[in-house]
Amino acid sequence: MSVVTKPVTMPAPSFEAGTEDNYLTHTSGFLSWALTLDHKRIGLMYLAGVLASFAGGGVLALLIRLHLWNPNIDKTQALFSNQVYNQIFTLHGAIMVFLFIIPSIPAALGNFLLPIMLGTKDVAFPRLNLSSFYLWVGGALFFLFSLFATGLDTGWTFYTPYSIESRGPVVAATMGVFVLGFSSIFTGLNFIVTINTMRPPGMTWFRMPLFLWATYATAIIQVLATPVLGITVLLLAAERVLGIGIFDPKLNGDPVTFQHFFWFYSHPAVYIMILPAMGIISELISVHSHKGIFGYRMIAYSSIAIALFGFLVWGHHMFTSGMADVTTIVFSALTFTVSIPSAIKVFNWIGTMYKGTVSLNTPMIYALSFIFLFTIGGLTGLFLGALSVDLHLHDTYFVVAHFHYVMMGGTLVAFLGGLFHWWPKMTGKMFNDFAGIVSAAIVFVGFNLTFLPQFVLGTRGMPRRYASYVEEFQDLHRLSTIGAMMLGTGLLVAGLTLLHSLFYGKKAPMNPWGGATLEWECQTPPPHDNFSTPPTVGDPYDFSNIEYDSKIGGYFKKKR
Amino acid sequence: MSTTVAHDSTEKHQVEIHEHPSWLAHHFDDAQQQFDAGKMGMWLFLVTEVLFFSGMFCAYALFRNRDPEVFEFCSRFLNEKLGAINTGVLLFSSLTMAWAVRSSQLKETKTLIGMLGATLGCAAIFLGVKSVEYSHKWGLGLFPGKFFQSQLENPVHTENNYLWNLCIIPMILLVCFALYYAYGVITASKFHQRVAGPLVIAAICFFGGVGLGTFLESEEHEAGGTVVHNAEGEHADHADHAEHDHQHAAAESVKPAISFVTEDTSGIHGDVAITPAELVTPVSAVNQKGMAGLFFSIYYCMTGVHAVHIIGGMAVLTWLIVKAARFEFHSKYYGPVDNVGLYWHLVDFIWIFLFPLLYLIT
Amino acid sequence: MSAPSIQHSDDGHGHGHGHGHGHGHDGEFSHPMPIWMLLTVFFALLILTCLTVYQSQFDLGNMEIWASLAIATVKAGLVIAFFMHLLWDKPLNMIIILGSLIFVALFLGFTMMDASGYRENLIRNETLQESQPPALNVAVSK
Repeated sequence: MSVVTKPVTMPAPSFEAGTEDNYLTHTSGFLSWALTLDHKRIGLMYLAGVLASFAGGGVLALLIRLHLWNPNIDKTQALFSNQVYNQIFTLHGAIMVFLFIIPSIPAALGNFLLPIMLGTKDVAFPRLNLSSFYLWVGGALFFLFSLFATGLDTGWTFYTPYSIESRGPVVAATMGVFVLGFSSIFTGLNFIVTINTMRPPGMTWFRMPLFLWATYATAIIQVLATPVLGITVLLLAAERVLGIGIFDPKLNGDPVTFQHFFWFYSHPAVYIMILPAMGIISELISVHSHKGIFGYRMIAYSSIAIALFGFLVWGHHMFTSGMADVTTIVFSALTFTVSIPSAIKVFNWIGTMYKGTVSLNTPMIYALSFIFLFTIGGLTGLFLGALSVDLHLHDTYFVVAHFHYVMMGGTLVAFLGGLFHWWPKMTGKMFNDFAGIVSAAIVFVGFNLTFLPQFVLGTRGMPRRYASYVEEFQDLHRLSTIGAMMLGTGLLVAGLTLLHSLFYGKKAPMNPWGGATLEWECQTPPPHDNFSTPPTVGDPYDFSNIEYDSKIGGYFKKKR
Repeated sequence: MSTTVAHDSTEKHQVEIHEHPSWLAHHFDDAQQQFDAGKMGMWLFLVTEVLFFSGMFCAYALFRNRDPEVFEFCSRFLNEKLGAINTGVLLFSSLTMAWAVRSSQLKETKTLIGMLGATLGCAAIFLGVKSVEYSHKWGLGLFPGKFFQSQLENPVHTENNYLWNLCIIPMILLVCFALYYAYGVITASKFHQRVAGPLVIAAICFFGGVGLGTFLESEEHEAGGTVVHNAEGEHADHADHAEHDHQHAAAESVKPAISFVTEDTSGIHGDVAITPAELVTPVSAVNQKGMAGLFFSIYYCMTGVHAVHIIGGMAVLTWLIVKAARFEFHSKYYGPVDNVGLYWHLVDFIWIFLFPLLYLIT
Repeated sequence: MSAPSIQHSDDGHGHGHGHGHGHGHDGEFSHPMPIWMLLTVFFALLILTCLTVYQSQFDLGNMEIWASLAIATVKAGLVIAFFMHLLWDKPLNMIIILGSLIFVALFLGFTMMDASGYRENLIRNETLQESQPPALNVAVSK
């Protein structure tokens, strides 16, 4: 069923030439980037944006950890006042969640890869894609305003009634969230339509790369859940401006209603964060083990399952809020079901590596870190899903550690792995693999040092979002702070490695890792229209005819 | 958009050259794919709109379950007739929109522009009636949430201020469109006339809607007996459901806390029902910010967000009229009309549910 | 993959059915709705609107809201199936929109179930002046 054209699978003669036209050089000038409709350029712009946001949010995190070096019982010795501390963790959370984690993989990597993996020229709605980017920028500006106006101290969750009474720029921040929500919605919409209507002949659903399955599941959540966040923050803004009273107990409103509205989005949102990461890991593990993915269908189905089950469990964020008892029990039971598809994936990844030829290069090290860290994160989620245990652990550092393990140890690590993995394709340069591995190692050790002690802190009773604590927690907090510094260093090394490659990196071959998906069959970096001839669609995980050629330092697909 | 000839200079073999007509985007292979993609995209957008409104429907359901008597109390302030008229108007606009889609597929451009214009006009009528409803309520002090003024205490402002305020922008638009049409006549440009004509008619329709709403409100007022609120000045043009209120008051004599109509007609104005003594009567349980005020918060949020969507729809319809006036649509390229139609039908869909939930509470 | 562009336009007036044939027919995929169908649906909607206003004048107690919603659902169904052309559309689009309604039901269902569960524990604010603290121990039972 494949298109009968000459397959572009031989070592490209253009490999050696350094001057062929690609998407980076196709046109030049500020406007050619600012008004581009090329999904690859949009992806790169997103990448710059989310990495900048990550840096900002990361600095805030380091400030938090520095502040918590001391117990701060004596306020005058503390690094920040309580009010400022509240603002720091609020901005850290809001920036990380809305500006970095949610857009990162879909918008930066997904935008770049999706059409190429489909062998097509662009996404279904390129102008909508560009609008998504500018909406992201707009939302970022709102948040920047909130940052400098300061005073936003409600926590990233904006719980009422405090968010109604707080003097901070809640309306500005919530309008920023509203705008960012639409960015996310339009991206998801674009991806669903593209995958549905622009697959090439021969690429049935079950011949799609798993990264696309993951992206598709993510997009479903984006389209279904984000509007509810939109109406929630809109009503919150109306609450502050018009006093509509829906969430305000003083006006007979109900704060628990706000939490229901908020978490109906924000729980599926965490699956928006993790599903694309899992998609990346499926790619990384199979390519770097040079072995077909184990249990393709189960992984594909589990992605959809996670997306759907994820809508059933939002109440587990509200066990202590005053919900009815029946509701808490129902949500707790449902929460356990959502762990099953995730576990299936972990087993399948391990099954993929078994008897594979594992290349321990940078992307693979990150992928292995992911499996370890995400497993811990996921398992600790079960503790929190158990109603009786959660009543003790809710709003403690246990929760903080749990979500950092899944969001940072999971999504961020996968994002970095994916970034290293596709960096050669995106930029045409190879990075220094040893430096990359070093960065992965430092990140891994630093991360565990930061957040493992926090599990202990949580079970011992340290509440989250507190600017001070009792003496007995000091050692654990200090370990955590040291870890954070290490983590920051590792991330810096990773960033510098990639930056260095832009200037001094070797030219990358078309297929440095030996992947079988379509993006490895287009030029490196891709030309403006991705493929000069429509590529042949094969099995995305069939590595049997992919061989290494040391002359080009990369792989090629032998003609059948 | 433009013809794409993908030439990779390093490739020896020729690439497929797609002859892309101007209406076929370069990244789509054929018209069918473009149409399918656009349609699916619009359905997904409608999904987001449904989920967006669902938040407010949820709030409605929660509060109605919690305080049903508040909803019953407040329903007297909502004019069923106007709601029904608005429903009919929107249904008709759906008809004209669906017809417009048919015309675009058949390349009947004149009918197409006519139908799009009719849809725009119906939307304008809807907004006109809505303006009357809103200004009437504001005149009574029925503001959302914390601004809500309990119905015993407020000195009522004349509502005309509000209505005139709401009419300012439509008036400006009417003038602009009329000038645009004149420009089209002067320059003898059929295109400009084709575009400006429907716009002028739509702007006029807005005031038609205002007139219709005003007329129906005053009809209510004359038909009724006891006036409910302590009004000042001439208020011939607001309806106050006096009939309803009177009936309700009688029915609720068993619940004195809710009734606020008395037999005593001496008051500030000839037909005012409130005596100064009653101003110190404890505010009834529902007649206050957190109760009736909440109802009106939900009312304004739901109908307000809906009205914003109508306005957005009107903007997009205008864009369609411009494209239609350029003869852009035919049987292989009518996606924009079809998809805007889908959006418009959704706006109608939402109103189909809003109407009984808000206006037909007994 | 580009289809030969044969313009297959049906001429003006209320032409019969456009939607007998499938999609691949010479690349023709437009299905103009017949005018009689448009008008019939419109009048059906009007009648249903009158019906719903009429039934609201009777006090049906608890059934009141379900009756209104039922009629509204029928009206909405007509709009979706005919005006929005869903009856003749790809099945996926139908799944998309009906699926979203499932999630709406999920959202409303769980939230309402929870709210009714904790209603008797709610501390209500009886004397609602904005600057006053909420009155305690005033559980309003309805």
